[in-house]
Formats: sequence, structure tokens, C-alpha cells
Amino acid sequence: MIRVVLPAHLKNLAHVTGEVRLEVAGPVTQRLILDTLEAQYPMLLGTIRDRHSGKRRAFVRFYACEQDLSNDSPDTPLPEEVIAGKEPFIILGAMAGG
Amino acid sequence: MVDENEGTEDMSGVRVLVGTRKGAFTLTSDGRRGDWTVDGPHFGGWEVYHLTGSPVDPNRLYASQSGGWFGQLIQRSDDGGKSWTTVGNDFAYEGEAGEHLWYDGTPRPWEFKRIWHLEPSRDDPDTVYAGAEDAALYLSTDGGLKWKELTALRTHRTGPTWQPGAGGMCLHTIILDPVHKDRIYVAISAAGAFRSDDGGASWLPINKGLRSGEIPDADAEVGHCVHRITQHPSRPDTLFMQKHWDVMRSDDAGANWREVSGDLPSDFGFPIAVHAHEPDTIYVVPIKSDSEHFPPEGKLRVYRSRTGGEQWEPLTNGLPQSHCYVNVLRDAMAVDTLDPCGIYFGTTGGQVYHSADGGDSWAPIVRDLPAVLSVEVQALP
Repeated sequence: MIRVVLPAHLKNLAHVTGEVRLEVAGPVTQRLILDTLEAQYPMLLGTIRDRHSGKRRAFVRFYACEQDLSNDSPDTPLPEEVIAGKEPFIILGAMAGG
Repeated sequence: MVDENEGTEDMSGVRVLVGTRKGAFTLTSDGRRGDWTVDGPHFGGWEVYHLTGSPVDPNRLYASQSGGWFGQLIQRSDDGGKSWTTVGNDFAYEGEAGEHLWYDGTPRPWEFKRIWHLEPSRDDPDTVYAGAEDAALYLSTDGGLKWKELTALRTHRTGPTWQPGAGGMCLHTIILDPVHKDRIYVAISAAGAFRSDDGGASWLPINKGLRSGEIPDADAEVGHCVHRITQHPSRPDTLFMQKHWDVMRSDDAGANWREVSGDLPSDFGFPIAVHAHEPDTIYVVPIKSDSEHFPPEGKLRVYRSRTGGEQWEPLTNGLPQSHCYVNVLRDAMAVDTLDPCGIYFGTTGGQVYHSADGGDSWAPIVRDLPAVLSVEVQALP
């Protein structure tokens, strides 16, 4: 079971409160997590990555195990702790004012 | 014995739909428009460029929800704003996106930023048009679930010469003609106004008579920074326009325009509205200049013309007449269809003002919302 932490705006949009737990089939990568997340919560389509290019939105970051994975290839396997459900995959909005 | 409610008891109610920098609000009242209930924020923290309702089903609302972090969403309500559902947000440029001119004159690919304006059909609550930045027109016929671009506008032969205004290259005005069912008007900053007579299959620039000192050829076919166009349904060939500078009027469906700024203290501004029952009564909010986006002399004045332009009178009763430096954005003024006609506008300072007597007197409904981006009003049965 993969644990995913969403930023507050996306929790509201998806009508969830705590962490999201996903059953992910296959090698666990950013792409697979996001594919699974969007399939389960289609209202998140387009909010994390571009619907067509799949590119991460500029002010969205991906963290796990105290590492910034935002610029990793979406097909890079995620850390074992994330795959084992010991650590969450964190999606957050980058710091910016306004 | 005179019933103090006589003449008002059968009045319908009104619902004002307010989009702001940090969410959406609904303001409701009975037909007397004296006591208001404020509900919101909906979509707190998100920019709501526009929130509007179907003319044929007032419970059907559409909202454009966007933000710099998480992009564009469209929300739909089927119960007058009590609950909302996320609908489709797949706004793709069909085919090759193409290029327009950037501020520095270099070509730049079309890139979707957000939806500025939603225009529901006059006949069908499931049919709604959406105006985008970078400029494009979309249509949904299933209540916002799927969107299809009407490509002939973006791919117009003049498209490669369009440039953004300071607020972006936005399609901000959509008018669905009440008489000619296939006629659509749109306006784009800073390309100008366009008309389609075939439901969006082809487009004609309608900018003849506009003169814009900000472009090298003041009379150019396109390149004009049109801020807003409005129309009275009883006189569909007459259009009123607030341009960057100049208030303009056309009486031939946009084929020719003439200036009607007349005795306004400044003819710069953003919104323009027409009275619901008097097609020659129009309203603007003069702003000092393109470089100083606040009212002249710090006095917030709506100007009304009862002559379709040229002669204007300031409306000040109830509006701040000192130290007021707010702006009123292009989509932030609306009229209701009650009698007397109600006029509403929102400011960048977060006030929503209304007049229940055609503009003679004004009062704030709310004073401290986030900066107001759009105001619409619905008459409720």
C-alpha cells in the first residue's frame, strides 16, 4: 500500500482528509502513483501534471524520504521505504506568496 | 390600509455570484434587495475568474476555478451553489497550437493558462461556452464534462499577429446573440472584437472605427485592447464597448464603431453594462488612466448615460467620494432584471456595491471580500 500526502487544496478537491492510500500494481514510480491517483480521484486530473504532456506543474513538488524527487524521471523507481508504505510520497505546492 | 409590502410581495429574489482572487461567494436577497445573506467562500484560496448561471435554469451554475499551483478546474452546481461537482478541465488546442506575437514582438506558441469567462446558452443549461487565455473559444454541450475548441477563431488568418494585453491574451467577452441564433461575439485583449454568424465556424474581425493610440496603426484591423462589450437583448445589433481608452458604440452588429465617450471625466475603464429595461441606458466606471488604475480624484463614481452614450451623469450617492483607489475589473459589473433594475459591481478592494434603483443610490452588500474578479446576478423565481 502506497501512502500519498496531498496538499490542502487537492485534499479538498478530492474530498479526503488524511493520507491517501493506493494499491499500485507494478514497479512503483512517480508515473504509476500519479496514474493510479488520478484514476481513483479523477477530479485531480490536470492539477498535478499537465493532462497531455504529463509534465509536472511548475509549482508542484514531489518529496519522499527527505529527498526532493521533483526533477527525477517519472519512471525512476521510488525509494524502498515508499514502496513498503513506511514513508509517504509527498505532493505539495511550492512555497510562493499571494 | 396599505400593506407596506404591496408591490414587492410577489417580487422574485436575486442571487449575486461573485468570483474573487481567493474564492467564490453568493449573495442572496429577496426582491427588495435590502437584506443580504452572504455565503462562501467556495473554493477558498483559488482564483475564481468567473461564476455564472444558466439563463434557463438558475440552479445550474458554472465556475472557473484556477490557480498558479494546480491549474484550471471547472465546477458545476445543480442546486444554486449549495453543492459543487468538478467537471471537465481538458482544454486542448485542437491540431497545431500555432504561434502569436509575444510582448517583444517575437513569435510564441499558444499556451493554455486559464478560463476567463463562461457563457451558458440562452436555451440549454448543458451548453456553455468558455473563453480562454491564451485566446481560444471552447464549447461544452454536456454540462461541462467535455470541451471542444471552436478552432476557427484561434486559427483566424490574423491570429499570428495577436499580442497579449498586460493581463494576458485573454478571451474575456462572449455574447450569444438572442435573435440570430448562430451569431456569437467575442472580444480578446489585445486582438479586438470578432463576430461569427455561423456558430463559430468562421470569424470576422469587427474593429472598424476603433482607434487605439497604443498600436502603430491606430485603425488596424486587429490589435485593439477591447475591455468589454455589452448588448441589450431587445436591440441586438447595438453593441456598447469599453475599450482600453474610449467608450464605443455600434449600431450595425459591430461592422462600424463610433466613440460615445462624450463628457466622461476619463474614458479609460473596464466594465460596461446596459440597463435591463432601457436599452439606451448604459453604465461605466471611469478609471484615471492606463497607468493609474483607480478612480479619478479618488472618487468612486459610476457614470450613467440615458442617451446611449455622449451625455453622462455621475452616480455618487452611497459611493466613497474621497480616498478611494480601487479598480473595477471588466467582468465585475452586472444588472438584474427586476423593476426597478438593480446594478451591481465589485472592486479590487473587495467591496460589492449594489443599487436597487437603477443607479440613483448605492450601498455595499459586503465590504471585505478578496479582490473581486467577476460579478453576475440572477433573478430567482
